[in-house]
Amino acid sequence: MLELRKDIFADERDDNLKEIGKGTQRQDMLGHVTGTSTYFDDHKLQGMLHLKVLRSPHAHARLRRIDTMEAERAPGVRRIIRGADVPINLNTLLSLINFGKDDEPSLAVDKVRYKGEPIVAVVADSPREAYEALAKVRVDYEPLPAVFDVEEALKPGAPVVNETYPKNTFVYHDVYDHQKLRFGDVERGFAEADHVLEQRYQMSPIEHAPTETNGSIAAPDTNGRYVVYTSTQALFFSLDTCAKILDVPSNTFHFIGGTVGGGFGGKVDTLTEPLAILGAMLTGRPVRYQLGREEEMQFGSPRGAERIYIKDGVMRDGRIVARKIRAYFDSGAYTRLSSYAVVKCVAHLPGPYTIPNVHGDVYCVFTNRTPATAMRGFGVTAMDFALECQMDKLAHLVGIDPMEFRILNAYRDGDMKAHRREAKNTALIECVQVAAEKAKWPLREEVKRMSSRTDGGGSRAAISPTPREPVPQRAAVSQQRTTYDRAPAATVQPPPPAPPTPPPPRPQAPSPSHGATRFSSVFGTRRR
Amino acid sequence: MTKTPLQFRHNGRDVALFVDGGVNLLVALRELIGDMTPKFGCGQGGCGACSVLIDGELHLSCLTLAETVNGRAVETLDGLKDGPNLHPLQRAFMEQFAAQCGYCTPGMLMAAKALLDRNPSPTRAEVVEAISGNICRCTGYEPIINAVLAAATSGRARA
Ligand code: FES
Ligand code: FES
Repeated sequence: MLELRKDIFADERDDNLKEIGKGTQRQDMLGHVTGTSTYFDDHKLQGMLHLKVLRSPHAHARLRRIDTMEAERAPGVRRIIRGADVPINLNTLLSLINFGKDDEPSLAVDKVRYKGEPIVAVVADSPREAYEALAKVRVDYEPLPAVFDVEEALKPGAPVVNETYPKNTFVYHDVYDHQKLRFGDVERGFAEADHVLEQRYQMSPIEHAPTETNGSIAAPDTNGRYVVYTSTQALFFSLDTCAKILDVPSNTFHFIGGTVGGGFGGKVDTLTEPLAILGAMLTGRPVRYQLGREEEMQFGSPRGAERIYIKDGVMRDGRIVARKIRAYFDSGAYTRLSSYAVVKCVAHLPGPYTIPNVHGDVYCVFTNRTPATAMRGFGVTAMDFALECQMDKLAHLVGIDPMEFRILNAYRDGDMKAHRREAKNTALIECVQVAAEKAKWPLREEVKRMSSRTDGGGSRAAISPTPREPVPQRAAVSQQRTTYDRAPAATVQPPPPAPPTPPPPRPQAPSPSHGATRFSSVFGTRRR
Repeated sequence: MTKTPLQFRHNGRDVALFVDGGVNLLVALRELIGDMTPKFGCGQGGCGACSVLIDGELHLSCLTLAETVNGRAVETLDGLKDGPNLHPLQRAFMEQFAAQCGYCTPGMLMAAKALLDRNPSPTRAEVVEAISGNICRCTGYEPIINAVLAAATSGRARA
């Protein structure tokens, strides 16, 4: 049973908790233990066909020719699907909230940009016949130089991974090749500091490895609609993404899901639904598209890799006075959700600590790796790994206990955070105190008495003078658009007003849509 | 493709079907018999989601050719309940929060049943050993181990 520490922040709530702290049976547990919970693959429909895709063996290659003649004549084959069959064969997931440019095809047409990118789909009577037909597809590849390292990708002359973003970085507000955070003057902070410590951190990509692989089954319904059983974690998001890619109103689809065999972020990318539905549209039969385990592990999007440089200035008494961070998020070949992860990361800098001078530059970089996606706290998790390693090293450097060092630097109520929001309902000090107590880690009496709710604000609420930086000029819209992009080129927006000094990290689209505004509201969430 | 006739006992009931050569037991159970309780997690013996009992012994149905169960008895999670009454393992899994997404649960329960059928009073180490071929990516193994031990205790109390 959960142990509730009601003594902490006791005056912040009525003590009338009816559910928290009590055991409650999950509503889906009986289904789980009897094996009657229905996952997407537990639907067997009359006349169901099976879809499998041909994946690129190259990390980067031009597609000179795709020959499906022999595959079409293979036994059991009902339909071959190529890029030209996909109504809108270019999408970016967050286009649903007006964020980013369409950059990813459902089936590659002129180029493949990562190993495992889908090129051709086969719909056949059985999975085996689909695989046998795939083996008969002939693709003439012209391998291209590939780039796998985020910093190499930013060097002049690096191979262009994704022509929608020719500089290999996501572009924010049509201007910025990265997200910036400027708060105070780090250089002055370093000059004043007793010690300066600079370190490099690298987080690997991490596969979610859900026990159930990604998949979906789409079937024509009698009313002209399609019913779709799916493993998605994001039912309506996937539904709208399919409506866009297949160029039909979203009420064409009846999505059924919710019972997901493990997701952890790896089932938000709408990896299988568009092709399953298209297969059903083209054959008039139910179509099942389930990733195999190898596909899931090799080509299902992982948590993205991050390279992080942190430079800190610290005083002998343990106060951190300056923190400068440069980080590169490896988005892989396409954007998916990494652009958003960067925004979230910058809003999180410099971690849950009050530091008067903070400087952050975070890039969303394209490489010829598997596109990255959401995973449990993405954008923050890897950065926190780096920040907390750094905190231990700093504590060691100044000879202060690492728990006390965190308490000493923690946000308190009333402090100004680096993204210019007042810190409210902070609780890091209390968390560290409880963690120390549980771990039987000795804290000095004086540190045990510290509180998030005292000694904050005042001079800690100030924004120290922040030097201005030149604002880059908005480039004329000359994005090279791919041949299969049907959408008209974006019209040129008037340049945005010069950002206030210093530019806040929240995204302000030139013409914010309702969605874009809601999107930025993630930075305004408070506990109360 | 020529099909092979096949007969076996499925959760105490005789079934007869025709299978293609090379079809594994997981596909035969799910697609030909319609028993959806064994799950596909990998198809290559790595996860245990497809675990079933063949003549009381734990097997991975994805690595078992369907034809090899001819004349034998196959048990899946679908046969674990006794009418409307849950098996002690099922009750213990519910009470101990031993499932989250539930996808590994059918395999876990069959692995646990195989253990308790041959060893009604296992030690913690024996439980760990018994479910070591079953991957759970959500729950964490502690609640699952606790549930198996609790089921063993309640089973003994009933006996
Ligand atoms: S599906 Fe049989 S072990 Fe994974
Ligand atoms: S509960 Fe999800 S894999 Fe075990």
